Formats: sequence, structure tokens, C-alpha cells
Amino acid sequence: MAAYILSKAGLKVCLLEAGPDYDPAKNSSQLKNAWESPRRGASTKFRPFGDFDGCFWGWEIDGEPYTHANNTKWEWWRARMVGGRTNHWGRISLRFGPRDFKRKSIDGLGEDWPISYDDIKPFYDRVEALIGVFGTNEGLPNDPDGVFLPPPKPRLHELMIKKSAQSLNIPVIPSRLSILTKKINDDRGVCFYCAQCNRSCKVYGDFSSSSVLVKPALATGNMDLYTNAMVREVMTNAEGKATGVSYIHKDDLQEYQVEGRVVILAASACESARLLLNSKSSIHSNGLANSSDVVGKYLHDSTGMALGGVIPEFFNRKRYNEDGVGGMHVYTPWWLDNKKLDFPRGYHIEYWGGFDQPAYGMGMNIENLNGKFQVNGKTKEAGGYGKSLKEDIRFFYGSSVGMAGRGEGIARRDSYCEIDPEVVDKYGIPVLRFNTSWSDYEIKQAKHMQETFKEIMHQMGAVITWGGDNGPENNYGLSNPGNIIHEAGTVRMGNDPKNFALNKWSQAHDCKNVFCVDGGQFTSQADKNITLTILALSMRASEYIIDQMKKQEL
Amino acid sequence: MDRRKSLKTIAIGTVSASLIMDACKTEPKKDAPQKEAANTDSADRMAEEIAYNKELASMHFFTEDEMATIHILSDIIIPKDEISGSATEAGVPAFIDFIVNDMPEHQIPLRGGLRWLDIECLNKYNAAFKECTPAQQIEIVDMIAYPKKAKPEMEQGVAFFNRMRNLTATGFFTSKIGVQDIGYAGNKPNQWNGVPDDVLKQYNLAYTEKELKECIQFDKA
Repeated sequence: MAAYILSKAGLKVCLLEAGPDYDPAKNSSQLKNAWESPRRGASTKFRPFGDFDGCFWGWEIDGEPYTHANNTKWEWWRARMVGGRTNHWGRISLRFGPRDFKRKSIDGLGEDWPISYDDIKPFYDRVEALIGVFGTNEGLPNDPDGVFLPPPKPRLHELMIKKSAQSLNIPVIPSRLSILTKKINDDRGVCFYCAQCNRSCKVYGDFSSSSVLVKPALATGNMDLYTNAMVREVMTNAEGKATGVSYIHKDDLQEYQVEGRVVILAASACESARLLLNSKSSIHSNGLANSSDVVGKYLHDSTGMALGGVIPEFFNRKRYNEDGVGGMHVYTPWWLDNKKLDFPRGYHIEYWGGFDQPAYGMGMNIENLNGKFQVNGKTKEAGGYGKSLKEDIRFFYGSSVGMAGRGEGIARRDSYCEIDPEVVDKYGIPVLRFNTSWSDYEIKQAKHMQETFKEIMHQMGAVITWGGDNGPENNYGLSNPGNIIHEAGTVRMGNDPKNFALNKWSQAHDCKNVFCVDGGQFTSQADKNITLTILALSMRASEYIIDQMKKQEL
Repeated sequence: MDRRKSLKTIAIGTVSASLIMDACKTEPKKDAPQKEAANTDSADRMAEEIAYNKELASMHFFTEDEMATIHILSDIIIPKDEISGSATEAGVPAFIDFIVNDMPEHQIPLRGGLRWLDIECLNKYNAAFKECTPAQQIEIVDMIAYPKKAKPEMEQGVAFFNRMRNLTATGFFTSKIGVQDIGYAGNKPNQWNGVPDDVLKQYNLAYTEKELKECIQFDKA
């Protein structure tokens, strides 16, 4: 977003990317069939979310390790490609609400943001108009109305979920995804309902920064894109001002430097923290922008817990194309009052089910299903083979349903990443060591998720086949930190330079020509996916940079 | 039957197995066009993946004997019926041949399971599985295909058969003929206009006025 805003404003921009170039129009796996993958769409280390997923790399990258202290479990997803994770993300585009910026004032935990909803609202409006988001204005107090395109109608299982959840007083409303249900400009096509946003879209019918931001930025002629450029550190001069960055070019393994008036980090919360911590100098002896010693601290991810099963009423369903958009057509925003609960922050619920495109895993584990239900009126022994097996797999197809909670955890100083004193990656760059944990708050929240999901499943007559029997021994199914891939908080913003790395303009307190515009700047996370807010903050910071340059302050 | 003798028989068995393989040699060719299609359109692959896939495609874990047994088993698990073809017609053995290199965790359980099956057959029928009569093959499969009613001494066989069933079923229902069989109707440009009216009626569901007003609508064809 920063590259887009600055290059559109006529400034000269150099965009550095650690991976290769990527254009969804040319490089997406969209509309491929399962049999066009030799592993039938199964995952690999290159594509942990499946062979057609639009993200290069994931939990591991060859030659680029990260480490853990004390058997802790942070899972770090890293993309290496132009557009990064936005090529495959869920497109869930939720505004933070007024309460989300002032959580400490409400429950005494964490910190308030140095900005309020009113400060960011105009940027949400503009980001939504620029990228295209569908949804509905519901007038909810902490899930603000927006600039929305029309949403798609709910699918069959979504109607069933809605009916059941609403009878339990759990709201279900149209989802809010950055997918074009209507044309918004001549550069992008409209969604054609293949349900494959995770592969990235060849017609740019959904938002990826590669197609919607980088491409137009390049078209201004003001931006140079350097790919396979692995940034080593931010360089500073004798006065402590940033002068540019140094990087290693992965193709020739030579070291290069780029100079600039302003350095903007958007490498992901942890990677940006790593860069700052690795940018030590006599003036910035604790790492750049880190006199407060908070860089890398307060690392937190969304909470996650999921379960699923089958809806017997849907066995032997009539077949039709129900692909829809990539992801859910309805969701549940947080609906309860935490003052009446034993955990302080909320969660939203995501749903899925129905006729998925067959991929590796299709038809597996039938022995856990076919003995439990009559198949076309016949009671069968679990397992089996032959014509009877084919009948069973057809019979159950399309009856699955699942749901997942995505909640807000509390950012804590003692849950963090730091530079591992001993380990470097293959480029010689010191790597991150993670030391993160959940507190009781998140565990109690996961427990509440499981209870809620079970009620919804029960209400719609569904039978839980996985994820329903978690207990204290596994934190009630709470995912490992990092697993939900909403890393945030490592370069947090706040007014006090002693306690925060950035000011309210995403600008380093210690070094005014350094900015961080990714999830690192988040003071707290909210129960909303963070991308839309990253885009809005990045747009806001970029316009501040333009303003400050005009005033000769930068 | 003497176990030592049966092991000897297995060693002899390899000769005739290669004959069976000859008879089956047309099978892998059926997969060839699919594999090529996947390999030629690589604009969506990064360089590291192309090299990795190429390496995997050149590897073959199973012996000819083992592949012959996999052919027979996969067609027992997914035979031709009124709706669609069999596992071998869908290229399942070639898929299994590939996937065990991509997911090495399948290798030992499958190799060991195939050997377990042959030993059981030698003890019971005095022949390796692939040389048993079709009736004998079904008899032994029946002993390991139903996890809940299988005898305790058959548990290793059950675990093996579960894995074979999983891989065969998934290989079949992700092939072109399997996807057609299951009736997946998507993966093509479409205009999602909501659940068809007759389906809504069947499940006693309906869109609300609010949804009909707010959601994207397309003219019904």
C-alpha cells in the first residue's frame, strides 16, 4: 500500500522483495483440476495449504531457519513472492471497531492505541473503495458499517447454520471479503465464483497486493521493483538517521545497498522486528527504533479453535455448482459482553462446508463414517470396499460442515521474539528465536468456542466427527501461537517513546525517517483479521510521509 | 504350513509376478497424458518446486511385484460399476507410485503391509496374494476390510487395508473419471445465484427479504 500511495503521488520508490516476481494473471493455479497436480492438490513444504495455493513457502523455508526457546511453539508463516501472503489470504476484511482501539480503558489489559476509530475511519472508507469489499451495513456498534459491494447469497449449509445459530441468539450476517461482486474499474475483472481465491485470481477479481497495488505502482513509472532481494539491515549514518538498506541478491549472492530518504518496513511483523533488531549501530545499540526495548515483544496472533462434522439431512444431496466466492458467505461477529464472561476479549466465527472441489483426502477415512449412518436405507459394517464403498463416498459427499473461531489474545511483554545469538540463515543473517505462550484468557476463550460450536452443531442436527473432544490437556483445541498467521505487535505504536517503538503515524520514535507499516505496529489485535487495518494504517502513514516531505520535515 | 517354506515361495513368486506386470503394462500409459499436462503448464510453479517434482517423477519406490499387487488391490477397492470405471482405469496405481515418494511416511506401512498380506496368503492358500484365486483374494480382503469386526490377529492387516483404501479412494475421486462420478459441478466460471429453488424447498429453507434485497442477483437462465 505504501509503494502504491507514494508512487502515485510522484515520489520515487524502490520496492524490495525477498522472493520472485508474481502476477496472479500469469502465475495462478486457478481452475486447475485435482488430477493436474501429481499429488492431487496435497500440501508440500513449498505450499503447506495445498499444491494449488497461491503462496510460495510457508511454515519452513529451505536455508532460512527460526528457533524456539524453552520448547515453546510459535509457528511462523513466511511468504517469499511479490504480494506475499495477500496472494492466498482469506480476503476477510473486517474493520476494527471503536472499542478495539481502547481496550485497556475497557478491561485494563494491554494498552490503548494512540489513535481512535475516528482517526482511521476515513482510511477504511478509502481502502474499501480502492480494493473492493462486499458486505452489508448492519449498524453494529463495534463492527462498523463500510463501503460495501453486494454480498453473495448464502449457500445451503450456510442457510442451515444461520437458522440454527440465530435460534440460539448467535448472529449470522453476510461476510465481508475483498472480492469484486461488481466491476469497480477497468483494470480488474469481476468474480466468477470458482471458490479459489486462495490460488490468487487471474482476472484480479479479489484483492492481492501483487495485482491491486504493486502492478499499478509499477505502471506509474516511479517505482523500481527488486525481486530476490533479501534485506539484511537498515543502514544509518553518524547522526543515527536511516540512509537506506543493504540486501543480498539471491541470484548472484552479492551484497548491495539502496539509499533513500525514508525507509518503510512492511516485511511482516516478525520479519520487520528482525530487521530492526539486526540494524545495530553505536547510536542504536539495542537495534534500530528500540531504545524502548519493545521491538519483538508483545508478539501475538489470533486465537484459533475449530471443529466439524456432517449434516445427516444433507446425505445424498442433489448436485449443483455451489462454489461461490473463495470462502464463507456468512459469518458471526462477536456478539457477547465480556464483562459477563471469564475471558476478556471476543472472537468471530468462520464457517465452511458443502461440495468442495475434490482434492487429496477426498474419500479418506470412510471407516469412521459408513458404519455410523445408514447408507441409502442400508446399515453397513464400517470400512468395506468395492461398489459399496463407491456408493458410500457418493452418499456422504457434500454433507460436511465446519466452523472456526478467530479471537483476540492479549499482547504480553513476556511473549516475544528476539535475535538468536547463535544461529544465522544461509545468507548469514541472524535469525529469530521465539518465546511465546498463551495465557489463561486465551485458553478460556477456546473453551467457550468449543461449547458454542457444539451448541450450533447440535441445533442443526449435525454430528461432530472431529475437534469436539478437546479438554484442558490440549488447551481446549487452542491452536499454537502463530498458527492463525495474524502476527502482530512486535513494533507497536504509542505516544510514550519509552514504551512504544512507533508514534501514531507508524513512525519510529527514535529515527524519524523509519516507518513500519505491517502488523508490527499493532498495539492490540482485535477479534478481526488484521489485513484491512494494515492497509488503512499504511495508507495513513504514507500520506503523512508525503505531508512531512512537503514540509521538509523528512 | 511351514513359514520357512512360504518365504521361499515368495522368492520364487517374483518371477511370475514380472509376467503379471507385463500383462499390466498398458496401465501406466493411461496416466501419461495427465502427468504431462501437469508438467508442461508450470507457470504457477516456483523454480524449487519444478526441480522437486521432476526428481519425484523419476523415482519409483515399489518393486514390480509390489506394483502388481497394488493394481489388483486397488481394483478390488474401487471396481468398475454402473456409474464409473475402476481404480486402474483412473490411474490410481501410478498415483500411489508417485505419492509414496512425495509422502515417504506411506512407504514402510505399504511395503510392510504388502508383505504381511503375502505371508498371510502363503499360510492360508500357499500362494502370494496376487497368485491367489479371485475368491481367495476376496476372502482375505474380507478379513481386513472391516475394522470393527476383524479378528485381533488381523489388526496389522486392517491398518494396511485402511491405508490402501484411503489412497485408492482419494486417487480415484481426484481423477477425471472420479470427479465426474462424484458429481462435483464447479471449478468453472459461474454466476452464483443462490441455492436452487427445489433444493430450498426440499430442506424447508428460504432466503429472507433482506437477503434478496442486499445480495448480488443474476437473471435466471
